[in-house]
Amino acid sequence: LIEIVKSVLNSARYHSLLEDKSCGGLCIFEGRVRTHNEGREVERLEYECYEPMAVRQMSLIREEVLRRWGLGKAVIAHRIGFVPIGEAAVWIGAAAPHRAEAFAACRYMIDEVKHKVPIWKKETYRSGDYAWVGCGEEQSAAYKDHA
Amino acid sequence: VTVKVLYFAVLRDLFGRAGESVALAPGATLATLAETLSERVPGLRAHLGSLAWGLNLELVPLQTMLKEGDEVALLPPVSGGRP
Repeated sequence: LIEIVKSVLNSARYHSLLEDKSCGGLCIFEGRVRTHNEGREVERLEYECYEPMAVRQMSLIREEVLRRWGLGKAVIAHRIGFVPIGEAAVWIGAAAPHRAEAFAACRYMIDEVKHKVPIWKKETYRSGDYAWVGCGEEQSAAYKDHA
Repeated sequence: VTVKVLYFAVLRDLFGRAGESVALAPGATLATLAETLSERVPGLRAHLGSLAWGLNLELVPLQTMLKEGDEVALLPPVSGGRP
């Protein structure tokens, strides 16, 4: 499953979508909004998305991991809009025959999502100002690999 | 050729809009578009080095030729986060 939603990520549903009797290893990563970034106090976070391209990129990532690690099931879900502190913005799950593949695929998916899916993060700080949080030069280079 | 241009995140703030139609001479590439937009909004130049270009939902190089009705997205670096 690939999903972009404007409400709370339904982890129970994603969890059930990972059920697969041929898979003994299940690995889940949740990325949550935290109170601080780079030493600044975060008041709230907003995610913006170029949705049709984001869906396409997420599908490509999912297809790649299913093939490469022989997964039974894979889930990539991202929340957009305002996400309160403490709640999940991204939910990644991999079900594989064994744990090594599940861990590797899960790690790969979140790294790829962070680098190749057009979703941007706007941080508003306690002090009232805001910033679009880009990634470092190294990461933007990775994003541009496809170019 | 007339293309639809989309701005996201920091660029939407810079242009003050989410997108617009831009008319270019025949044979124009994404590089031509980048130059045209930079002449109008000089602040774009500072971002050109870190942008990726989406053309009809695919990431493409700056030399790519544009055709009528293309959808071009200027993509600032994505949200990232420390591994």
